[in-house]
This record gives sequence, structure tokens and C-alpha cells, in this order.
Amino acid sequence: MKRVVITGMGVVSPLGCNLEMFWSNLIAGTNGIHTITRFDASSFPVKIAAEVKDFDVNAFVDPKVQRRTDRYTQYALAASAMAVRDSGIDFSKEDPFRCGCIVSSGVGGISTTESEVLRMKERGPGRISPFCIPEIIVNIASGMVAIEHGLKGPNYAVVSACATGLHSVGCAMKAIRYGEADVMLAGGSEASVSQISIAGFAAMHALSTTNDDPEHACRPFDKNRNGFIMGEGSAVLVLEEYEHAVARGANIYAEISGFGESCDAFHMTAPAEDGSSGAYAMVMAMKDAGVSPDQIDYLNAHGTSTPLNDRIETVAVKRAMGEDAARALTISSSKSMTGHMLGAAGAIESVVCAMAIKNGVVPPTINYAEPDPDCDLDYTPNTAREKKIDVCLNNSLGFGGHNACAVFRKV
Amino acid sequence: MTLEEKVKEIVVDGLHCNADEVKMEADLVNDLGADSLDQAELMMNIEDAFKDHLGADSNISETDVEKLKTVGSIVEYLRGRGVPDNL
Repeated sequence: MKRVVITGMGVVSPLGCNLEMFWSNLIAGTNGIHTITRFDASSFPVKIAAEVKDFDVNAFVDPKVQRRTDRYTQYALAASAMAVRDSGIDFSKEDPFRCGCIVSSGVGGISTTESEVLRMKERGPGRISPFCIPEIIVNIASGMVAIEHGLKGPNYAVVSACATGLHSVGCAMKAIRYGEADVMLAGGSEASVSQISIAGFAAMHALSTTNDDPEHACRPFDKNRNGFIMGEGSAVLVLEEYEHAVARGANIYAEISGFGESCDAFHMTAPAEDGSSGAYAMVMAMKDAGVSPDQIDYLNAHGTSTPLNDRIETVAVKRAMGEDAARALTISSSKSMTGHMLGAAGAIESVVCAMAIKNGVVPPTINYAEPDPDCDLDYTPNTAREKKIDVCLNNSLGFGGHNACAVFRKV
Repeated sequence: MTLEEKVKEIVVDGLHCNADEVKMEADLVNDLGADSLDQAELMMNIEDAFKDHLGADSNISETDVEKLKTVGSIVEYLRGRGVPDNL
């Protein structure tokens, strides 16, 4: 099997709209969660989110393309453009059929769905925009990114709710491993701070309602955590076959050396109590990479800040690693700062893993104040930690019981 | 505003092209870069803009849409449906 490395990354996030700003804010422990500005949320039970700020859409997306794309596709186009630039790859010199794209989304163009439904109710079915469907569908970001960069190889979207971004990275890695492609743009994108989305997740009681204190609302693994915070944005990684990257003298951030996946097959939204399926995904990822639990220097946890996720993810980590290795493990949740970017989460957390390896720094879990007896591992509370990282894991767990885990390794 | 000016305005707005390019003989697809989705949206915007003149059935039929390839053909079509030159 071919080896797969990361040679470029692009980010649109609540902590900044480029890789450098994102990373410096992340290791500084900057909070990206504020009162919602995208719409008037005063009558909503949840009034806070991690919105993308200062996104210069005109710098990345042609005005004509803007008119026919949802914000989620625009974020994906921007993150892809930055990732391609960062990698230094020139697609005009590549065989286009050997270059592909899997940039997916959890909920796709949900704000377009919302506005078009309202339009239909007001003006009738004959007044729906011809761009409605292409704006909504979750695969259109991959399609538009392919047009922008001339990528004619494997191209689709994989959807697994909050594990979407990591499944996309995993599928793209496999396409290169099995020799289907030399280069893949992989990632996720989400523009989910919309009325129906906030109202819908709020109705599930999945979101934090600490509306009066957005700065401290997201507190993964803390005893007083009370729900996740909706985030948005996009992260795209340029994945490349190792020899291909070396031949063109590319900068290599890290290798993706293992991937594991499973399903709880238990409940629509709640994780299974024993954490066995989550643990299985981690075990399979480590086995795939040929590493043992004691070799893992860092785990970027799913860590959503919901009471259930953080408790059961802790159970799963202990089950996968063994009690001793789990206690020695350095864990953190970057969602404490970015909020939960849904379908982009697993992608941006892959970026975090690659940057942690590259820079030898573990970003913190902010707002950690009171230990929870059920979450008794080392979550890197509040302050970033310098640490040499050779191997790290990234967990993503989605509604529907989807579990994904990837292994990143220093090259 | 004249009928021609109004149609031009809708085309410029819908296709994001320069006003100078939108001549009467300009072909929507070949000269102005419209694709099938742009054309569908353009027709919807035309129907909306002229609905007071087009009467109860303001729809432009599929058969008619196929004939509307240039800016001028849209103007002629609207004249034929009773839209006055001075709006």
C-alpha cells in the first residue's frame, strides 16, 4: 500500500480565516464562541455560536459563483484554495484523473433550504430558485472545488454527521493508498449557524444554553459542561502519495498512517454506554498504523462538551488504550475554542493533529475548571503544552453512532 | 424607463456581466456566458418584473423560453405579449 502524507492545509474557522491565525489563536487558548450575529436569535433558546468572522468571500469566490452557492460551499472553496496554495502543488502539471476531492458536509446548504422553503410558502412552488438544489446538496462543495482546480479523479461526499470531516479524510487517504489517486483534497465544510439548524439542535437539548456567558459556555470534560456549541467553517487538507510529495520537494506536515471506523448500532443520537464501538475504531486505527497505545503522544478528542459524549468517550479511550496508557495520554478538545463545526470538525481537528506534530505543541481544552469523576484523564486543561509528538490520534463520533479515528505520524 | 432598459437591467443583474456587453443582438449563452440554470432564473425574474403587464398567466411557456436566445428576442417577445415600450 502507498503511504499518504499531508502537504497543504487551508482553514476557515471561528478562530480565523487562515492556517496561521487559526493555529496561533488555538494554542493561545482563544475562545471563538460569542452571541449569534447571523440572525436575530433573541427568541431562540440558544443564542450563542462559534461563527466565522471576517471571511472575505470576494478574495476566494467569483461574484457569479457566489450567487449560485450556499455559504458552506464558499467556505470549502476558500479553504481548498488556501490548502492548494500552501501545498505549492501545480495541478496543471498533474494528470487530472489522478487528482480528486472529497470535501463533505454534515448538513450542506441548510440556510438555503430554509430560505427556499419560506419563499415557496410565500410565493408558491413556481418561484423556487433554479439554484436551490445545487446549493443545498452536500456533495456540491466537492464538485465545485473540482471545477476550480480541474480535478477529474475520485470525487464525492461522505456523510456521517459529526464524523463527516474525518470520514472524508479517511476515504481520501484510502483512494491514495490503493493507487486510485496521487493527490486528494480532503476535508469538510459547514455553515450551520442558521435558524432551523440552531432551533433543531436546541430541540434535541444537544446545545449549551449558557447564553449569558459565551466565553465559558463550552467546557469539554468539565463537570459542569451542558451541551455543545454550534460552530461553522471549513478545513481542507492536501493529501498526497509520499513518493509523489518527495519527488516535487513538497513540505510534509505529517503522515496519515492509520484509519479505523465502526458504528454503535445502538441509538439514533446517544452513544452506547460501554464505549465499545468507539474503542473498536481507535483500536483498528492503531492496528492499521502498526502502533501500540503506549506510542500515542496525543489524542485530539471528539470532546463536544455534552454530558454524554465526554463521559462515554473517556470510557472508550480507556477501553481502547488500556487503563495505564489512557492515564498517561495527553488529550485535548479543540472544540472548547472552535465550537462544534459538525461536518468540518473531523477535518479541522486533522489540521490540529498535523500542526501539533509539526510544532510540538498540544493545544489546550479551555474552560476546564471542575474535574468530573467520570472524566478522569489528562485533558490538557486551559494552557497549551509543549511536547514532542511523534504519533497522535484524532477521534470523531457522529449522530447515527458513527465512529472514526485516524492516526497521524511524524515523517 | 423603457422596456429595453428594464430587460437589460435584469440581464446585467442576473448574469453579472457589463452593461456595455448587453446589446440587443447579444446571445445569452454564447456572448453573455449564461448556462441553463442562469436562463431558468432569468426567465423567472422577467416573469416577476413584468407580471403586471403579462396578465393573469404571467408564465413564459417552455416552448417560448427555447426561442428567447438573445436580449433582443426577449424584448420582442414581451412587446408581443403587450408590454409597452415606455414602462
